[in-house]
Amino acid sequence: MIKTTAQKIYVALIFIFLYAPIFTLMVLSFNASKTRSKWGGFTIKWYKQLFQNEEIMEALWNTLLIAFLSALIATIIGTITCLAFNYLKKSNRAILLGMANIPMLNAEIVTGISLMLLFISLGIKFGFMTILLAHITFNIPYVILSVLPRMKQLNPSTYEAALDLGCNQWQAFFKVTFPDLLPGILSGFLMAFTMSLDDFVITHFTKGPGIDTLSTKIYTEVKKGIKPEMYSLSTIIFVAVLVLLLLVNYTPKDKKNK
Amino acid sequence: MKKALVNLEHISKSYDGQLILDDLNLYIRENEFLTLLGPSGCGKTTTLRILGGFETPDAGKVYFDGVDITHLQPNKRQLNTVFQKYALFTHMNIAENIAFGLKIKNKSKAYIDDKIKYALKLVNLDGYEKRMPDSLSGGQQQRIAIARAIVNEPKLLLLDEPLGALDLKLRQDMQYELIRLKNELGITFIYVTHDQEEALTMSDTIVVMNQGYIQQIGTPEMIYNEPENAFVADFIGESNIISATMIQDRLVEILGTKFACVDEGFGNNTPVDVVIRPEDVELVDLADANAKYIIEGTVTHVIFKGVHYEMEVMANGFEWLVHSTGMFPVGTKVGIHVDPFNIQIMNKPESEDEEAVGVNE
Repeated sequence: MIKTTAQKIYVALIFIFLYAPIFTLMVLSFNASKTRSKWGGFTIKWYKQLFQNEEIMEALWNTLLIAFLSALIATIIGTITCLAFNYLKKSNRAILLGMANIPMLNAEIVTGISLMLLFISLGIKFGFMTILLAHITFNIPYVILSVLPRMKQLNPSTYEAALDLGCNQWQAFFKVTFPDLLPGILSGFLMAFTMSLDDFVITHFTKGPGIDTLSTKIYTEVKKGIKPEMYSLSTIIFVAVLVLLLLVNYTPKDKKNK
Repeated sequence: MKKALVNLEHISKSYDGQLILDDLNLYIRENEFLTLLGPSGCGKTTTLRILGGFETPDAGKVYFDGVDITHLQPNKRQLNTVFQKYALFTHMNIAENIAFGLKIKNKSKAYIDDKIKYALKLVNLDGYEKRMPDSLSGGQQQRIAIARAIVNEPKLLLLDEPLGALDLKLRQDMQYELIRLKNELGITFIYVTHDQEEALTMSDTIVVMNQGYIQQIGTPEMIYNEPENAFVADFIGESNIISATMIQDRLVEILGTKFACVDEGFGNNTPVDVVIRPEDVELVDLADANAKYIIEGTVTHVIFKGVHYEMEVMANGFEWLVHSTGMFPVGTKVGIHVDPFNIQIMNKPESEDEEAVGVNE
């Protein structure tokens, strides 16, 4: 009895530590008073002001567009990479897979700076394109990580069965292999989308002046002094990422789980 | 004789420098149930995959109905394959699975619906149209895989160890089912298995393969009763394979004792291998004054197998494997008798190459 109570308190404490900051932020985003230390009543005016702020709206649009495009392109490239992995010898596959995973473990700041240097040396003008390229780059490993396990579960005979039943190679892929991979591809896409939405460090180094995503926008705004709109913006981002993560986790990974 | 539907001529195939098939020649008659039988790695599956179009031979030609199809894509061949692990499309229900090949060929909806009904009836799974593959048992999934193949009306059905994943009882039921299907459809079956019992039960013709070579082609009776070499004898059923000398026609010396046999033409004093099936070794009671026997031995092991007792008898320095419904306890002295027509004489292989030479009917 004491033991289970202690367990419950322990778990509760962990969750308080984890979520108290976010909860504070959410509460403050509805606070009518500008001072953080005083509750001035419930309001949604910060949200209204946020949506009237054109700079922030533009940053939001940039963020979503980059997240969508980079996730889409990374998903296509990553899936094709996985298909190619399938035809490699085991030893080669292990080496290449390791190489593909390293960028994911690499410190973001290192990835950010190296991408910046690469873009400078190639003479690419900083802006929307450089952010997009950077995001595609760091998203590909996440897609591979999510599609490859699905690929390994594939029964190689199903593709041959499709050929056997009259499909050409393209039909066999799109009618049989692709639907089997789809759960992995979808969760890879959502993961990439979330990662892109979430990114600050790499974007900061590859964006150049004149363009902002939400994260870099918040960073600049905060330097000028924190406005309550930023609380509402952060709350919205948190909720959006939370919803996406829930989606990723509830994508059916394996129908055979009975 | 019915005409040949498939001709494999001088087929060779290797992977990573390892020879899988070496100059294989084989013809398959129309409406035949032919089984490729052999241990894993003998080349049987590769042969089937070459027929299905999933592999291209390094050398040689494949003729189907007289037409060279060696380099034809799988989807252009008038044959269908039933895969070992069923290979059903898990995101489609049973009706969609069966309709798959017909939809690709743009058949009318009415035609497809008819075919689905017919195929499900044929494999005894009426009413399963809306079920998903995952909700079926292994045996049912395999029946669906067969239904999915045969609705395309192939002239030739290739079956790659289709019963390998099923348990023993189900496997035996499915064997009869397959024979019935073949008779109802009147098409040619090529069946790959490593299970000799399966091969003996179902086939019109068995092709025994080992290490990329055909060891023997024949009816199940021929393969069992008259194995061409020690490999075939050993692979098909249990047997006593003993090194012996052919003294003259109809007389062979086995382990120092002369046995009457029925084989002729091996020459005098020729080294040979003899095969004696365990059920052909008769044990007799030495106490019986009328008992007829050739050599004496001592029972060393007895195991009860249900249908029969399996015994080992030490005689003339050889452990004879015996299957018999009568039992002698361990340590009993017994007489061994073998009828002349139950002794199968085989030429000794002079080299490994000769052992592997393809011997046609």
